[in-house]
Amino acid sequence: MAVDRSDIEKIATLARIKLDENSIPEITSSICDILALVDKMQLVKTDDIEPMAHPLDAIQRLRCDKVTEEDQREAFQQIAPQTEDGLYLVPKVIE
Amino acid sequence: MHTQSIAELAQGLRKGDYSSKELTQHYLQRIEQLDGNYNSFISVTAEQALQQAAQADLRLAKGDTPMLCGIPIAHKDIFCTQGTRTSCGSKMLDNFIPPYDATVIKHFQQAGSVSLGKTNMDEFAMGSSNESSFYGLVKNPWKMECVPGGSSGGPAAAVAAQLAPAATGTDTGGSIRQPAALCGLTGLKPTYGRVSRYGMIAFASSLDQGGPMGRSAQDAALLLNVMAGFDPQDSTCIDKPVPDYSLTLNDSIEGLRIGLPKEYFGEGLDSDIQKAVEQAIKVYETLGASIKEISLPHTELAIPAYYVIAPAEASANLSRFDGVRYGYRCDNPQDLNDLYSRSRAEGFGDEVKRRILIGAYALSAGYYDAYYKKAQCIRRLIKNDFISAFEQVDVIMGPTTPSPAFKLGEKSNDPVTMYLEDIYTISVNLAGLPGLSIPAGLTEGKPIGLQLIGNYFEEAKLLNIAHRYQQESDWHQQTPPAAHKQNSEV
Repeated sequence: MAVDRSDIEKIATLARIKLDENSIPEITSSICDILALVDKMQLVKTDDIEPMAHPLDAIQRLRCDKVTEEDQREAFQQIAPQTEDGLYLVPKVIE
Repeated sequence: MHTQSIAELAQGLRKGDYSSKELTQHYLQRIEQLDGNYNSFISVTAEQALQQAAQADLRLAKGDTPMLCGIPIAHKDIFCTQGTRTSCGSKMLDNFIPPYDATVIKHFQQAGSVSLGKTNMDEFAMGSSNESSFYGLVKNPWKMECVPGGSSGGPAAAVAAQLAPAATGTDTGGSIRQPAALCGLTGLKPTYGRVSRYGMIAFASSLDQGGPMGRSAQDAALLLNVMAGFDPQDSTCIDKPVPDYSLTLNDSIEGLRIGLPKEYFGEGLDSDIQKAVEQAIKVYETLGASIKEISLPHTELAIPAYYVIAPAEASANLSRFDGVRYGYRCDNPQDLNDLYSRSRAEGFGDEVKRRILIGAYALSAGYYDAYYKKAQCIRRLIKNDFISAFEQVDVIMGPTTPSPAFKLGEKSNDPVTMYLEDIYTISVNLAGLPGLSIPAGLTEGKPIGLQLIGNYFEEAKLLNIAHRYQQESDWHQQTPPAAHKQNSEV
């Protein structure tokens, strides 16, 4: 499946990556090359095959519903770009 | 000191030939004087290393210490280290100082090992040449105009240049084994779930696995002893006892059944690499092994499936880097969306952005079944190939890479050509099996890697098989010509 400029712009919006206008043709062409490589998968029939998510088909372990982590907000916020009163600051969302 | 194996260094420390502080100082001095040539380290933590060495010396004086006590190790800059920047080779994390240690790092600390610093790598472990790091490319100590491989190119170059006795790496599609092959090292990717991924910055969570890179199977076994084990903080870590990998290194391999997949010896394989692999197989025959041709029929689908699964998981994993809680934030964001999309545009490099976009596409509405689900089905076919093979043989052998170290810049503008570099290693990650690369020759002065693939949790057997070869050959003892010159200087 080939992609065009509008597909790339749509995916970039979904992925929250601002693309430089000038780079779009090159990105589109390299992604087309990669998708052509990936499309070899379609040569094999897999209708009866169970998709594999984990190599050992392990299932998710559950733990007791108990508090195990301590509050480390201050330590975590020390490395944040901008905080105030224990909150992460971002540009205004609601006017 | 830097020419010795870890076992020899451990003995030297115990006999009092040198202290851990002296040993650490020696390596720090080598890094300072020589790493300008290779760029294998992103951060050198000299002060902390000397403190850890002083503590190790106290433990050594008391006796009864673990084997790695006082031994300097370099860690790939993907493992979180509390208080020390962990960049993952990215501008995005250039200012990231983790508030916690990865489980692997904790294990090394408990063992008394000294951390020399954090090594270079392809950005977010996405690459096969270590050319995509924000901190600049890494050079191969064997051939300075060539790549060291990737993504663990920094650890590989550091160990090959004898700037560290051994290092940690991670392997998602070949990132331990391929640089090990290109730099003449022994590198092991353990079974998925054998080593904790807690605190190891995620690329593709169903494929990522940490492992050791060293100069011999014996050294790799000592590192794996420390790295492996169950961790309740990693929900995919397997709760299974860890054997002492050093104990079985010398076991006889009489009667070992070696499988040679015909798909690994076809078109595209360098003829010198093919010859070197055949020579190594002959050595195994003299040790009592038998050879059988096998088939892994879905091999050619591994790269296509991988380049759906890995980018899809990466696009989900890397969505956490949004410029809000940590990492890079763009200047003067106009609104929240601008903050996200510009921080990510400026913080990520080209290859990372490319993979996020592919992943986002494969997971987007209407395409999931055609891409991600299809790739997962192929993943099972690949695993089934290996399961059938292991009904007939005990270990699978072949080349680690189709060609030796290539020139810097040769493949960096052509992603598809770069991806094909991992043709023999990727299936192992998709199946979740353990794989090991050992040095098995040289071509035009560049190392050749022999790959050993084992059944699930058979790391001990792989190390045993590798060690027996290393008792019969001296490829693993060869060092880059540059290192000979430098040995006389430092």
